[in-house]
Amino acid sequence: MNRKTLLTPDYSRRGALKTLGLGAGALAATTAMPGFVQAQSSAPIRIGFQVHRTGIGASYGRWYDRTSQAAVKRINDAGGINGRMVELVAEDDGTDPKRGAEVIEKFATQSNCDIAFGTLFSHVVIGSAPRAGELKLPYFVVSEGHHVASGMLNRYTLQPGITDVKSQVQAMAPFVAENLGKKVCMIFPDFAFGHDHRDYFAKAFEAQGGTVNALIAIPPTETSFTKYFPQIPRDTEVIYHVMTGPAVLTFVKELGEFFGPSRPELFGYIDSLEAVDMASPGLEFLEGSYMWEGNPRYAQADQTEYDKAYREAVGVDDNGASVSDARDVSTYAHMFGCWETLNVIKAGMEAADYQGPQDRAALIEAVEAMSDMPAGADHPQGAKVFNGKTHQVFGHQYISKVEDGRLNVVHTTSIEDTLYEDEVDYTTRSF
Amino acid sequence: MNRPLALHLVVIAALAAAFFVLPDYHSGNLARIMVLAVYAMGYNLAFGYTGLLSLGHALFFAAGMYGLALSMQHLSLTAIPALMVALIASALVAGITGALALRTRGVAFMIVTLMFAQAGYLTALYFVQYTRGDEGFVLPQAVRQIAGVDLSSAMGRYFAALILFSVTLLIIGALVRAPFGRTLIAIRENEARATMLGYDVQRRKWLALVASGTISGMAGAAYALLFGYAGASFAAVPYSIFPLLYVLLGGAGTTLGPLVGAVFMFYLIDLSSGVTDAYMLVAGVVLVLLTLFLPQGLLGTLRKRWVPWLP
Repeated sequence: MNRKTLLTPDYSRRGALKTLGLGAGALAATTAMPGFVQAQSSAPIRIGFQVHRTGIGASYGRWYDRTSQAAVKRINDAGGINGRMVELVAEDDGTDPKRGAEVIEKFATQSNCDIAFGTLFSHVVIGSAPRAGELKLPYFVVSEGHHVASGMLNRYTLQPGITDVKSQVQAMAPFVAENLGKKVCMIFPDFAFGHDHRDYFAKAFEAQGGTVNALIAIPPTETSFTKYFPQIPRDTEVIYHVMTGPAVLTFVKELGEFFGPSRPELFGYIDSLEAVDMASPGLEFLEGSYMWEGNPRYAQADQTEYDKAYREAVGVDDNGASVSDARDVSTYAHMFGCWETLNVIKAGMEAADYQGPQDRAALIEAVEAMSDMPAGADHPQGAKVFNGKTHQVFGHQYISKVEDGRLNVVHTTSIEDTLYEDEVDYTTRSF
Repeated sequence: MNRPLALHLVVIAALAAAFFVLPDYHSGNLARIMVLAVYAMGYNLAFGYTGLLSLGHALFFAAGMYGLALSMQHLSLTAIPALMVALIASALVAGITGALALRTRGVAFMIVTLMFAQAGYLTALYFVQYTRGDEGFVLPQAVRQIAGVDLSSAMGRYFAALILFSVTLLIIGALVRAPFGRTLIAIRENEARATMLGYDVQRRKWLALVASGTISGMAGAAYALLFGYAGASFAAVPYSIFPLLYVLLGGAGTTLGPLVGAVFMFYLIDLSSGVTDAYMLVAGVVLVLLTLFLPQGLLGTLRKRWVPWLP
């Protein structure tokens, strides 16, 4: 190689031109392709799947993906929807609201998706929903946030497959008051998710005759928790904890070290430990404590046939882990929402005789008209009631006790325990 | 008409025409890219022209975003007064940050600006009753309009973004050729010599940072207004890194580099995510290669090798 070659790298310019050419070609191809697909009358129904593949929600996203793929396979094996196969068009939202909105735009204007479906983290849903509404793209979310039923979003955004945090939290209050104690100290992360717990639980618990004797908000960047524990009042009967994120193991470990063998009752949320093995070092302290579960991770003695079939379809064993890797623990308490939402979409499209994007409004009206959703293969988590006005579904909640390192269900709430006054009527809003 | 101004006008005209030519998806992307490019143009004024390597510009972006969104949400202001609030909020935050951070330089300046931005992020989380913290909140479609123009429509959004981009480009284009802009470049090239020549370097750096932060803040306000969402994630560290990447890719100290960098980065992510789940790895490798082989960025290299008059 001579000096000229080294100093004037012609190859890189050609390379750059080639790359630009390939990029332009790819751009043109991706722009032209949807028209071809749309032109086929028997083309699959395309469901844009907004998924957390990267970012803080990646462990949830991995299991949301597996569950959704399994649900779509089951739907297609049974003949699809209105005689058409279903195709998931997955896009990573990076667990970021900006990227989430971009993904929604891609589904609507590039990938020619019929509807959008996903995703868990509230900020992604709230950042994406305005664009879904503006693009008139039905957006079925599996987020468990209260943002849908609060009226913040729009007529095109629905949550028919998973209950929201407000109903979950208020349904816990009667059990805690009757079985664990009347004086509760709440420890929660000092951001919106924790504040939802603080506000909804405290109100519901006081209505049960209980008292919240301390509210301990932990800053979101905190990595050590011992300094907060002296704030727990001595007369506390129950500690209610909803810490999330990677620091949760440290939180539990330090709580155990602080209290030693004699501690108040503990009540927590499985959100903290989704995708985390209950046998992880430091979690021994949770033995004998109680947890909310959206869907019981461990197969119970009275396991239903449809829970068994659902586990098998998704590839989850009786301990809530992947059948191919026992260390790969699922997000079992939430991911059923994907399965159930896809079945609601199927039922809605069949009721509306959905043929294409011109029937999107009819699809939403068909889902809004739904009410009772009986437990079964389409709804393996349990029976549900959908409120068409608030676009939010309500269902049973499970309370489990940690015994010998596994979660055993000790109480199932009624659906009535989860209901609250409507805060919005989306059906009065225009399309 | 001088060549740089003519080029800027051609770019603006091409962007205006692009709305009618490009498919919906790409014109929608371009609206977002123009807003992000304005953010990067603000950053470029501090970094590319003045040599202030800030790692805290998300603070200014968020100040504008919350200035607009909170005043619309809680004070029921319409868009124009809310934009004025955003402008004042971002200028004020940049002014205070600059007054303190510019006591340092180099690596210390990077750290101090990063810490300011982190403090801003935590402030947004702390006042959750107003900001809804990490979840953020939606600006209703009905209030997102100016003079009857619906900014949530494809055309309204695109041309609002284009107007903001055009005004910013023309102002920066004129500013960097004006004596004030020349002194900023002199400070970047040799601060000691600029001081020796009698310039009040500290004051000019502060003014540059205030202008930079205000432009970035207007981009934040525009994002909330055009896309209907404000949330704390826009105040987090990654959003301080993005404008740095756009500027480095496009060419620091070039007026159009931020736009080129934003377009490149957006489509690099968008196209590679369609090929592999490891698209961030692809983006990372491409960025490393570009930094190694085109250290002055795309337009910086173009200017150095072939088009010396490129602004």
